[in-house]
Amino acid sequence: MAFSCMTGRIAPFRLLSATVMLILVGAVLLPWEIQLQKSGKEAGFRTVALDLSLREQIGQSGFLAALSGFRSPVAAFLWIKSHIAWENTEWGRMAALFETVTTLQPHTRLYWDIAAWHMAWNASMAAEQDKNQHSEVLKQRTSSQYIDLGRDILERGIRNNPKDYYLYERLGILLRDRRKDHAGAAEAFSKAASFSDAPAYVKRFAAYEMAQVPGREREAYDRLKALYVEGEKQRLPTLLKLLGQMEEKLRIPEGERVKPRQPAVIKPSHR
Amino acid sequence: MKDSLFSTARVMAIGRNTFTELVRQKVFYFLLLFALIMIGSSSFLAKISFQGEFQMLKDVALGAMSVFLCLLAILATAMLLPRDLEERTIFTILSKPVPRYEYLLGKLLGVVMMLALSTVVMGMLFLAVLLMREQVVLAETQRSLAGSPQELAAAIAEVKRSAFTWDLIPGMAILLVKSVLLASLTLFISTFATSGIFAILVSACAYFIGHLQVTAREYWLSGMGMHWWTRLFTALIALIFPDLQAFNLTDDIVAGVHLPMDVFWQTVALGGVYASVYYALACFLFQNREL
Repeated sequence: MAFSCMTGRIAPFRLLSATVMLILVGAVLLPWEIQLQKSGKEAGFRTVALDLSLREQIGQSGFLAALSGFRSPVAAFLWIKSHIAWENTEWGRMAALFETVTTLQPHTRLYWDIAAWHMAWNASMAAEQDKNQHSEVLKQRTSSQYIDLGRDILERGIRNNPKDYYLYERLGILLRDRRKDHAGAAEAFSKAASFSDAPAYVKRFAAYEMAQVPGREREAYDRLKALYVEGEKQRLPTLLKLLGQMEEKLRIPEGERVKPRQPAVIKPSHR
Repeated sequence: MKDSLFSTARVMAIGRNTFTELVRQKVFYFLLLFALIMIGSSSFLAKISFQGEFQMLKDVALGAMSVFLCLLAILATAMLLPRDLEERTIFTILSKPVPRYEYLLGKLLGVVMMLALSTVVMGMLFLAVLLMREQVVLAETQRSLAGSPQELAAAIAEVKRSAFTWDLIPGMAILLVKSVLLASLTLFISTFATSGIFAILVSACAYFIGHLQVTAREYWLSGMGMHWWTRLFTALIALIFPDLQAFNLTDDIVAGVHLPMDVFWQTVALGGVYASVYYALACFLFQNREL
């Protein structure tokens, strides 16, 4: 009785027939849906798995919103919350929010970049200057952990966006500036430079970092020379300086140098 | 006048009338106003976040469009039949005579016209806000990096990459397709529901279940360690409900993922097939319904 009140005056058999037809149509369309999902994943869509761990991070309503096709706005909302957490210097809360935002929107390079910047620079510097921590060792350890967290964020970002030069470049900058890891930075910049849409300066950065790595002077020299040959746009003061240093270290013959050795200047003695 | 089996003129007349009724409703204006305010204010919300201005703008604007279109599709369609039954206008129409399938098609057409108009209006506002912001940011970038041509070129390329992309157009089209599918589904539900509230609630449930359909389908097809009743349940979910996650492409489009045209057209075709199936089932149920 209650069901017929809700469903109006339609014969139950007709309703059942409609349900069966719906199931049959669903069975016919099933292979198409599966194929479409596969095609979407190959193109980079529908790669985010909305599982229970995410539900714990963003709560019930956020999870429902993300599930209902509002993943991007939920990520944007949490991004604003992380900005507020930054203003309050709540580094732990920021790290948790960044984890959720990058899970919701793994293909947005901005989120990975800024999250890594906050951890590897802001949070780590804040830890180094923490007035409430009297132990220098603990300050340095916490600072180092934040830098490692920033690096981990970028590496995860790269795994989610393997064809994007930008995150490789940011990783190179992190390794150069925060870890003084010139070999790692050179490798990251080289990887970034291998993409066709990478800016020209990335190739220079790779060569600059290579020049700082002991034992790889030859490789650095070859790269710097190749850049020099490209033309005036690449012949910046840093490149010329490093090229000269490599030529000295490798004892490149005079005729092959691009930066001739300066003659020794004999200063007149004053009597 | 000889009655034909199908008359485009009759369908269009009902469609135009439905469209006119819907756009005159207060709920339409409130929802549209809300969506337009969200889209317009997304530019200001973007300033709250550190960088990612265009990301925020696109997230909020497309999110508002999606909410509005889905809500409108369900709310507008769910009230069509109950209102006509209550006001007895349905008897006047059907006694013309207008076949019931033409009546339903006209109603659906009216809703689709309203959804299409809303998509165009919101889409144009969104693109206008996006393009205006892009020009402002480009001008600021040129002012601040005037002395470094290489950095300026890279910064301009980055701004253009982050702002308008052509993928946003098919993205908005997919939002329309999803809303048309929901409208058709709601029409099907309303043919066996006597009250509009019931149709709205069931449609809303179908909306959420549709987004879980892919999870149910994967569980069913994997079949690992499940009891037979669990398999049956997940199978029914997978077969009865449409995969609405297939229409959630704007999240990744906003993130910069390129939408291949074959995926776009397949998604549109799937939405069209579902809408047609629900319309056909609605006709099947409505044909013998006692009014």
